[in-house]
Amino acid sequence: MENKVTRNLVFIPYALWILIFVIAPVTLVLYYSFFDIEGNLSLVNYKTFFTPVYLKMTLSSFWYAFLITAVTLLVAYPTAYLITRTKHKHLWLLLIIAPSWINLLLKAYAFIGIFGTYGTANAILEVFGIGSKQLLFTDFSFVFVSVYIFIPFMILPIFNSLNELNPSLLDASRDLGASKWTTFRRVIFPLTIQGVKSGCQVVFIPALSLFMLTRLIAGNKVITLGTAIEQQFLVTQDWGMGSTIAVFLIIFMVVIMVATGNRKKRGAKNER
Amino acid sequence: MRDKLAISSKAYLFIIFFILYAPIFYLVYYSFNSGGTMSNFEGFTLDWYKELFGDTRLLIIVLNTFVIALLSALVSTIIGVLGAIWIHSIKQRQTQNTLLSLNNVLIVSPDVIIGASFLILLTMAGIKLGFYSVLLSHIAFSIPIVVLMVLPKLKEMSPSLIDAARDLGASQWQVLTKVIIPYITPGIFAGFFMALTYSFDDFAVTFFVTGNGFSTLSVEIYSLARRGISLNINALSTLLFIFTMLLVVGYYFIAQRGNTRGLGVRK
Repeated sequence: MENKVTRNLVFIPYALWILIFVIAPVTLVLYYSFFDIEGNLSLVNYKTFFTPVYLKMTLSSFWYAFLITAVTLLVAYPTAYLITRTKHKHLWLLLIIAPSWINLLLKAYAFIGIFGTYGTANAILEVFGIGSKQLLFTDFSFVFVSVYIFIPFMILPIFNSLNELNPSLLDASRDLGASKWTTFRRVIFPLTIQGVKSGCQVVFIPALSLFMLTRLIAGNKVITLGTAIEQQFLVTQDWGMGSTIAVFLIIFMVVIMVATGNRKKRGAKNER
Repeated sequence: MRDKLAISSKAYLFIIFFILYAPIFYLVYYSFNSGGTMSNFEGFTLDWYKELFGDTRLLIIVLNTFVIALLSALVSTIIGVLGAIWIHSIKQRQTQNTLLSLNNVLIVSPDVIIGASFLILLTMAGIKLGFYSVLLSHIAFSIPIVVLMVLPKLKEMSPSLIDAARDLGASQWQVLTKVIIPYITPGIFAGFFMALTYSFDDFAVTFFVTGNGFSTLSVEIYSLARRGISLNINALSTLLFIFTMLLVVGYYFIAQRGNTRGLGVRK
């Protein structure tokens, strides 16, 4: 009996944490979404969300997130594949992951310099005779920098599933006369689809909610759901509307997670 | 045929690595520029570093960041380890899965939502925005990662170890401190380390819950970068880059040690 009491006492902090920092915040966001800016109970925020302004913003946020995820996947898949082919694949993987440990802000800041009017990117364009262009504060630079930041997060799950692939399957496919492309399309890709799914999941959801990059790199030209939430909470101080957007972001997140499925396999510990 | 493919593959990998690392070295390179811009290298100077170390406000922010990271990692490791032991000790699969899902909510949630909801929570609780609000938030979002780092170690541990300890007359407390904790030490270290890096890297959550008077490095870099380029930030980046690389190497060794030690945790 005494044992049981002390045992439970030890676990109280964690239980409290779940209650206060997991359940309460989500509930509070939902609760606040039903209040207008004056603090009256109303559904006005939800009505506002379904006006063309917000729907367009949501749509464009999804479009950018889709674009970022697609480009990241196109770059990351071959990279992951080639890394599994190298001799010291775990060392190479570590080197790919290492930049993701560096503070995000610093990487964004580097691109402010690179894409600036007199920056390196424009100098290279000059050399090729294209001439300097406005690169910073465009949606191109936004997508580029986002892809740059998300590449390691996409490579990791794909690498893991490629690594688990039994090489004799490839030999069998080749022995049976399949071309390289057929082998990839019919054997490699279907067997690594789980890695691709978790990769897309860890890129798409954050891409929907980026807000720092939209300010620093896209110069407020791109407004994502994340930017809108930040704007409502910290600038307009309309917590109700901010919470409403947050509620929708949570809903989208759950839908995406269900769609990309198999949450248990997601090795969250390796994602950094 | 094979060779040719290898060369193009190597070129592809080289380009990827170049793109990943170029911006970082770009920052480092221009931190030594006496010209004051990030486009024209005029001459070598260490002035930016001198300016950095002369800036007491910035040094206080660096100190704040370290204090927050260490304290939050320490507290979240303690709570997280106990939580992991709790989750592991629950027999019903359903309850265990529910707790795990709740645990993972903060890991999968976008930072913006964590930041906004914590802002509501802390304001309602009447906690003044500043050091304590940032510390509490960092503890809160680091706990789940500690749990996830410790749980696999607990799963790997044979239950007969605990049974044996009990049969030999160990109390609950002794089982915890003499059997469980020593066994899962590598997981605890990994969790502490992850919590540390989570705290260092965080921008979004801190940005929401920090008040006017208090700032961490990420938030400070953000407000400096919004004003445009100043090579102080480059100098700061270089130092942070070196620090991060040291952390990565440190983590690598901890992970290696954890692997090789495995079962043999005897003293």
